[in-house]
Amino acid sequence: MAEEKKLFKVKIDNITVEVEPGTTILNAARNIGGEVVPPAMCYYSKLQGSGGKCRTCLVKVTKGSEADPRPMPKLVASCRTTVMDGMEVANITSPEVLEARKGVVEFLLINHPLDCPVCDQAGECDLQDLSYEHGVSGTRYEFKRRTFEKEDIGEHIKLHMTRCILCYRCVFTADQLTEKRQHGILKRGDASEISTYMRASLDQTNFIGNVIDVCPVGALTDRTARFKNRVWFLKPVDAHRDCEDPKCCGKTVLWMRGDEIFRVTARKDKYGEVEGFICDTCRFEKKEVKDWVVEGPRKIARHSVISQGHYVGVHKPQETVAKVMDGRQPKLLMDIHSVSEVNMPQVDLSQLEGPAHSTDFPTNKGVQ
Amino acid sequence: MGRKLLLDKAHIEGIRYYDVYRKNGGYAAAEKALKSMSPDQVTEEVKKSGMRGRGGAGFPTGMKWSFLAKPEGVPRYLVCNADESEPGTFKDRYLMEFLPHLLIEGLLISSYALGANTTYIYIRGEYAWIPDILEEAIAEAHKNGFLGKNILGTGFDLEIYVQRGAGAYICGEETALIESLEGKRGLPRIKPPFPAVKGLYQCPTVVNNVETLAAIVPIINIGGDEYVKYGIGKSSGTKLISACGNINKPGVYEIEMNISVEEFIYSDEYCGGIPNGKRLKACIPGGSSVPIVPANLLLTTAKGEKRMMTYESLNDGGFATGTMMGSGGFIVLDEDQCVVRHTLSLARFYHHESCGQCSPCREGTGWMEKVLKNIEHGKGKMSDIDLLWDIQRKIEGNTICPLGDAAAWPVAAAIRHFRDEFEWHVLNPDEAQRRNFGLVHYADPLPVAAAV
Repeated sequence: MAEEKKLFKVKIDNITVEVEPGTTILNAARNIGGEVVPPAMCYYSKLQGSGGKCRTCLVKVTKGSEADPRPMPKLVASCRTTVMDGMEVANITSPEVLEARKGVVEFLLINHPLDCPVCDQAGECDLQDLSYEHGVSGTRYEFKRRTFEKEDIGEHIKLHMTRCILCYRCVFTADQLTEKRQHGILKRGDASEISTYMRASLDQTNFIGNVIDVCPVGALTDRTARFKNRVWFLKPVDAHRDCEDPKCCGKTVLWMRGDEIFRVTARKDKYGEVEGFICDTCRFEKKEVKDWVVEGPRKIARHSVISQGHYVGVHKPQETVAKVMDGRQPKLLMDIHSVSEVNMPQVDLSQLEGPAHSTDFPTNKGVQ
Repeated sequence: MGRKLLLDKAHIEGIRYYDVYRKNGGYAAAEKALKSMSPDQVTEEVKKSGMRGRGGAGFPTGMKWSFLAKPEGVPRYLVCNADESEPGTFKDRYLMEFLPHLLIEGLLISSYALGANTTYIYIRGEYAWIPDILEEAIAEAHKNGFLGKNILGTGFDLEIYVQRGAGAYICGEETALIESLEGKRGLPRIKPPFPAVKGLYQCPTVVNNVETLAAIVPIINIGGDEYVKYGIGKSSGTKLISACGNINKPGVYEIEMNISVEEFIYSDEYCGGIPNGKRLKACIPGGSSVPIVPANLLLTTAKGEKRMMTYESLNDGGFATGTMMGSGGFIVLDEDQCVVRHTLSLARFYHHESCGQCSPCREGTGWMEKVLKNIEHGKGKMSDIDLLWDIQRKIEGNTICPLGDAAAWPVAAAIRHFRDEFEWHVLNPDEAQRRNFGLVHYADPLPVAAAV
């Protein structure tokens, strides 16, 4: 038997966990799971060098280690600080941490457009979740918010820089998954922006679509799915196909309504990280059910807005019409949707270029 | 006259050139170190001198050197931080412009002590004419056998390269400097690992300020034990102070760290007092990022002692009533200066220079500037002052590098000590556009602390 590695004992919010040396505080907390896991907006376990920038995962180290029990003087980014044996960390048990986190959320939101009602990321947005959990309802920011022009940075990807929180995940993705990174950060300070030096140049490689999945906000969205539907109206379905690209894991989530596939993404775990990266062919080109082997519905966290349309374990309300009518059956009761042509089922929304317009629903009288 | 160690020969005509420098005792320390001392002995001497880093943080240099990792077969680097961008600080420029050989000699001795065969001088791009001076001096040193292969026959090799920055304050932060030197965006790295373990090109690296490295020369010349006799206590040696603002004689002064702040401002040897008979209102004694203090707290500490120009005395009272030595950018404000306006210009600077990597600094600095602009231009509200306080509190300590702290401290100190001036601006928006708040009570003697 191989020699057993010495494990480090770490106490996070008074819960002890044993982890391998070299583990970060964040990953140790993820080993425990639940509420003690600090939120992370820029750290991505699958991307090397990510993390440390958004500062939402700040925690307080109340005891450095068994050998050196001094507490660390400042709050530290848990995603980039490795554990020591005997370390004690306070996350939700430290008012200082919660206060600082609230501050960070406020900073992230002061220049965010808060255009969730028209944002495609809404419902699966890390920033939305973070603000619900740690933010405040009002803003103290009274100035004009910073804005940028929207940009098409490739055939399939839309960049909405105004929404960006500069987590650098997409930069790392392009560095580590594609042959050559075509985009990066330009300018500095609060004028910094993600961009390509030459417009529309993010098409050269087959893996750049993953920047959409790693983006925690709606800054990078899928142009083949933009404005087609809200995520909570769609049914996520696990599916796979034999992809020709050896680097692509082929395991995806299809976002469907009826038989239409609106969007294909990689499978995300409970921390919003993909389980495996997928190629652009799977993501953008395969929008027919026949392309895929469907495995079954994807499990979505019960509290997520995405599962609001999925009635699991809910009692169906009983038919009460007969009861209130003293046992008589109603004379006329029909499902209007089965006979109405208003929605025009023959128009396949997912096959349209761009958002649907009235011109896509022709009537006898011409355009409505 | 205070004793001098660095600028004692600065007045000699032609000291910029090798021949004159050599004739006046130059490179004697280098000969002494390389020929008669081992690298560890040099480090030991620097440790004994107790010299603290002159770049701002004041960390003991000898200690920093001893942290350098020394794995086999991995090159080590020494980087000279000449990215002097702190508003109010211009001492390194003076040193490099007039005594380039002093810096090169210091670099040679330090590189020898650290075992670095390649040394970089990272100089800010705005000092456009200084790289030429340095490169000329490096060429002269080469010609005379103090650089290159097998220096003085000791077998020690050293090359010094001058690299220009492209105009970013953040590149004065050591890890951002290293990134920039590697040719990348100047973004601070997340520590650990510290540069002493993984710095330039992932190799052990020491980054020191220009003045620190130049001061190695007198330390070797007179010995660490003698160096400690300059200054008071842990503030050993001499310090270059760049004095500016409302004083009669602005400029770079070398002080022995045993004089009082009052003497420094009013004596004819140094600043020569405040012009036009005006009175002292406030001072930032260590470069723009250290806390501003009003006149009464500047001249005496909260305990009622005379405040001295030393690291400890300036820091006496912590942030509540003290300030910091910083990089020695001594900015004096007389009674006609407006602290709100002054704080605004500092906030504007930090907003402009924030690198944008981590969120508190990127978003917070801009927010502070906008709020301060409102207050300064008569559109402020009372709640804005508390808001400012809250913003700075949430930036400080929560960022990757100290730029966040540097942006937060001036605002915090201005509100802490000059809150009534801010309130006056809010309450009298029209009057605040026409006149300044004036000196009011800022120079009044402090209430004597009750004996405990």
